[in-house]
Amino acid sequence: MGISINHISKSYKHVKALQDISFDVKPNELFGLIGPDGAGKTTLFRILTTLLIANEGNATIAGYDVIHDFKEIRKHVGYMPGKFSLYQDLTIEENLKFFATIFGTTIDENYDLIKDIYVQIEPFKNRRAGKLSGGMKQKLALCCALIHKPKVLFLDEPTTGVDPVSRKEFWDMLKRLQQKNITILVSTPYMDEAALCDRIALIQDGEILQIDTPETIVKQYPKTIYNVNASNMYQLIMSLKAYPHQYSVYPFGEFVHYTDTRDGFNPDELKQYLQAQNLSNITIEKTQATIEDSFMEFAK
Amino acid sequence: MKRFIGFVTKEFYHIFRDRRSLFILFGMPIVQILLFGFAITNEINNVDIAILDHSNDAITKEIINKISASKYFSIIQLIEREDDIESVFKKGNVKAVLNFEQDFSKNLIKERQATVQILTDATDPNTANTISNYVNSILKKYQQEQNKAITINYVIVSEPRMVYNPELKSVYMFVPGVMTIILMLVSAMMTSISITREKELGTMEILLVSPIKPFQVIVGKVFPYIFLSVINAIIIVLLSIFIFKMPVQGSLILLAFESILFIVSALALGILISTISATQQTAMMISLMGLMLPVILLSGFIFPISSMPIPLQFISHAIPAKWFIIILKGIMLKGVGLEFIWKETLILIGMTVLFMGISVKKYKIRLE
Repeated sequence: MGISINHISKSYKHVKALQDISFDVKPNELFGLIGPDGAGKTTLFRILTTLLIANEGNATIAGYDVIHDFKEIRKHVGYMPGKFSLYQDLTIEENLKFFATIFGTTIDENYDLIKDIYVQIEPFKNRRAGKLSGGMKQKLALCCALIHKPKVLFLDEPTTGVDPVSRKEFWDMLKRLQQKNITILVSTPYMDEAALCDRIALIQDGEILQIDTPETIVKQYPKTIYNVNASNMYQLIMSLKAYPHQYSVYPFGEFVHYTDTRDGFNPDELKQYLQAQNLSNITIEKTQATIEDSFMEFAK
Repeated sequence: MKRFIGFVTKEFYHIFRDRRSLFILFGMPIVQILLFGFAITNEINNVDIAILDHSNDAITKEIINKISASKYFSIIQLIEREDDIESVFKKGNVKAVLNFEQDFSKNLIKERQATVQILTDATDPNTANTISNYVNSILKKYQQEQNKAITINYVIVSEPRMVYNPELKSVYMFVPGVMTIILMLVSAMMTSISITREKELGTMEILLVSPIKPFQVIVGKVFPYIFLSVINAIIIVLLSIFIFKMPVQGSLILLAFESILFIVSALALGILISTISATQQTAMMISLMGLMLPVILLSGFIFPISSMPIPLQFISHAIPAKWFIIILKGIMLKGVGLEFIWKETLILIGMTVLFMGISVKKYKIRLE
């Protein structure tokens, strides 16, 4: 019931969108495809949902081949494209009913599956989809993708453009869906969401950088990271980048993540250097690596 | 079947919620029929003319009286000198000038021949032509009346009778044409736009990743528009019968059947357009430029096909509208049955099957 991808490559006229991608998603796994815009996530989704044909390689979804058995796959997967793709002039209820009908089912039949999500938007069921907020649109789109009880669910950047509260709710819902025997492949450009997946694949420029559980990926981070803060953020970054022993400098929220090339790095030394650069309120503390740090390290 | 009904229901929601398109859908036929029926016309009525009478005798007076008595002309100016002719034309309100030669009656009686010059403003060639014909026929009539008194050998009297449209009403010609244009536009443009809209909004992506079959999508898209186009056709026929007193000589059932056939062929053309255009705008441009112009110019609606250059005549055969106009005129004006228009009907059926075949073949089951 999982997904198996073998040596998939796809190129458009001048761009290599995907290069030799291979990985498996286990049944009932919540698998994340993490990468920036343009990494090839949507192309991979379209190949897996039978919308595009890869130049090389093959893939199976729940045992069905994406090319030969495309009709079977189309019956058994749920797909939520990155762009909001429901009928804007139809109400919530009409949209849901329409998708239930074309999948040969009814809302009642699979209501238990969407209940948790649908109750949140049900009060607005007579409102047109075009007039919903971003979070509500995503919930509706998820309901529509789930209404036929798919075996595998493809969610292409479901939380892009959604507020943080709705994003969190959305991920809670995915966790619950996983309990109902649905394999989920989700893509996101947000690194913080990666930690919520069972396993993740880091993808950039059409190539997989790493596949593992988020914990393992973070653990494998080879260096010690320091949170550095000072009164003037811009000047701090410039000064750190000019520091001869710096290995990496990335702004990270209100801090700068700093790593040093030397093993025996002494934070006080750096502090003195920064003070000499006319920076004040300097703090330097050890911190845990995040997926983002790992991604930057792999992408280096 | 449930899937299909669900799909058609959704299509009707789209149509009825888009108020503006709906207004165009039903407003356009009414406005066009009224416009073509009342405003745009080939007939001439009360055309302003001027007279330059060098002779000024009994016969010219009588002729002038006859002309001014007809409902076609009103004499608004009498001019005295040749030089004034150009200036009245330049002012623009006079469309023709009759110039009677000096000693008109004398010449007519003595030489048995007199000349009147008919000058027409040919900046509008059709009107100029019609005016000159009308004046000629008035002169001829006058001559025949006079000749009754005198006996001359060998006079050929031509007696024109306009069959099927004795009063030469242009609305008889416009109704079939406008009906064709409207059915073509509504059917082809609306379907092509509605399919490309799914592509543009990304909903096609979801439809593809679902068990719904291509022909269900296509037929589901077409079905509501057959319904709407039939209503449109009924509105047009009713308008032309009750407002313009246009007769429907033939069978209404045959008319209905042929109209549905043409609607389906236009819809098939619309689907074909949607398979080759990626956005609603392209679809609309192709429908307007690719369908409207040929339908108006090459279908024989306004310009007779027989007087076109051979290559254009050839192209006109490929235009479904041409055949439908022949069918419409046959049924509405001549009252013919299927035995006279079976050839045109077969051609339309053939074209429809061809368009449908290409569309289903070109319908993409994937994104590229």
